[in-house]
Amino acid sequence: MTKDSSIAFVLKEPKEAEPAPIATTGALAWTRENLFSSRLNTALTILSLLFLAWMIPGLVQWTFVDAVWFANSIDECRQLSPGGACWAVITARFDQFMFGFYPEELRWRPVLAFVLLGVALLPVLWDAVPARKQLFFFSAIYPLVAFALLWGDGFIFERVNSSDFGGFLLTMIIGVTGISFSLPIGVLLALGRNSNLPFIKLICVTFIEFIRGVPLITLLFVASTLLNYLLPPGTNFDIILRVLIMVTLFASAYMAEVIRGGLAALSKGQYEAADALGLTYWQSMYLIILPQALKISIPGIVNTFIGLFKDTTLVSVIGLLDPLGIIQPILADSTWNGLVVELYAFVGLVFFVFCFAMSRYSMYLERKLSAGDRH
Amino acid sequence: MSEANLTEVQADRSKMQISETEVAIDIIGMNKWYGDFHVLRDINLHVMKGERIVICGPSGSGKSTMIRCINRLEEHQKGKIVVDGIELTSDLKRIDEIRREVGMCFQHFNLFPHLTILENCTLAPIWVRKMPKKQAEEVAMHYLERVKIPEQANKYPGQLSGGQQQRVAIARSLCMNPKIMLFDEPTSALDPEMIKEVLDVMVGLAEEGMTMLCVTHEMGFARKVANRVIFMDQGQIVEQNEPEEFFTNPQHERTQLFLSQILHH
Repeated sequence: MTKDSSIAFVLKEPKEAEPAPIATTGALAWTRENLFSSRLNTALTILSLLFLAWMIPGLVQWTFVDAVWFANSIDECRQLSPGGACWAVITARFDQFMFGFYPEELRWRPVLAFVLLGVALLPVLWDAVPARKQLFFFSAIYPLVAFALLWGDGFIFERVNSSDFGGFLLTMIIGVTGISFSLPIGVLLALGRNSNLPFIKLICVTFIEFIRGVPLITLLFVASTLLNYLLPPGTNFDIILRVLIMVTLFASAYMAEVIRGGLAALSKGQYEAADALGLTYWQSMYLIILPQALKISIPGIVNTFIGLFKDTTLVSVIGLLDPLGIIQPILADSTWNGLVVELYAFVGLVFFVFCFAMSRYSMYLERKLSAGDRH
Repeated sequence: MSEANLTEVQADRSKMQISETEVAIDIIGMNKWYGDFHVLRDINLHVMKGERIVICGPSGSGKSTMIRCINRLEEHQKGKIVVDGIELTSDLKRIDEIRREVGMCFQHFNLFPHLTILENCTLAPIWVRKMPKKQAEEVAMHYLERVKIPEQANKYPGQLSGGQQQRVAIARSLCMNPKIMLFDEPTSALDPEMIKEVLDVMVGLAEEGMTMLCVTHEMGFARKVANRVIFMDQGQIVEQNEPEEFFTNPQHERTQLFLSQILHH
């Protein structure tokens, strides 16, 4: 039998790597691939461009070019520029939007608290910050500092009533408190729900299912009215504190389920390896399980944070003057009667800035933590 | 012999000493059920210090479950397990005490993907043995050199090959300075090229006198290293013998069938 010479093959010289063809890289290739890859795509691209060309000039005209930034009433606004936005209402009521009815001469205190919040957040959000340990200590005592600054301690700082709080100050207080406390409580609830101890598991499941099954507004009404019947008469239980507790519990229940998803995504092998090395339950949770589960859960966690932050506007329903609560009297005020879009657009913009920042930060965090993920 | 079981290893049996007085593990009449399913039936096993035992058997025979009972990854319902003089009960303190002395390697390595290789190795010594970080790192580097990958210390597990990961997993266990090592199919998830590098590390351990229980189908390893081979089927120990006798002259017909299937296809 003769050998079939067409099958045999031996590589004689190694093949060098070559650069990719020019037409497949760079901006031009990107444009062609993403915007003009087919007839339908080209048509859609052109249509979108036309739509933008139709929309944007008018929007810019109304928002910026024809807008009135300073005026004393809506009539003055309309006289100055009939077709533009009347941002004067925002500039005129800016302080109220920010602080509610917080005493004017004491407003440096919330401002200082806000600046210090940034300092307290630095070591939490950024691991390359210098003197991180010392800053962490400050983060730990920040809640007390903030409380003393905002409500006053009665010694150095004059007391301020909860009923004077309002605007974005209130949003920040509820949002930041809810966010910082719902995560640890949510972690504990998620671990409890996965626990082998039936009693702990029962408590956690009941809590999570009850809180998730009830609308936040209902809980807020309970906080503002029903609680008065349950508490002994004459108890003074601060309304903001009640709201803080309710919002935190509400977000914790959601957080717990998000984190439970992360826990479920880990392989059993991780738990077993930690056990086999002799780590205790809390050690293996803290060192092995939670770092991985929380990383997986980042999108869900930030989603819950953003939801919580926006849900703070619900407190206007029980009479607290958050930004939406501030809008109500302005709408009814004859000086500004007739303005709606500007007010809601402004509040929406501020919320967007905060939520978008959270979203960007979560993406940065995900990228950073995925360093060891190349499998 | 099938390809996967062919890996040849060199081992020096004269170095492997078995103690005549010190008992490492004593399993007496151990039974385990999953619900109503009787997975381990009356297991009796007496392991002296320095023994190298290979456990083989078809999948579902309970071999993994048995060694996982030794460090309480699985709970047994009846019978007695004594490890290094400590009886396993539901007492968490004793379980932790035993786990400190018993190292384990898994089929899928189970390294901690969010920690570097070095951190994987120093974690347990620092947190469980309360070793200072610097010392733990020295110990870790020592064992990473033993398994021949000190240069990978600062990488993450995901960046290593399977064989390298398994060697790290062995080093991680060794950092706790265990008296007994359990291996649960350590080479089953590896490419043929990587099996040898892992087996070589295991041979080295055996030559140093480590007490080892290995669930494996690496018959070359069993021949060269084990002093006892155990065959399990349907939750029972069917046959055990010295490797030479076990392979050349199996007694039970189930063993004969099993060996003919894994050795001649």
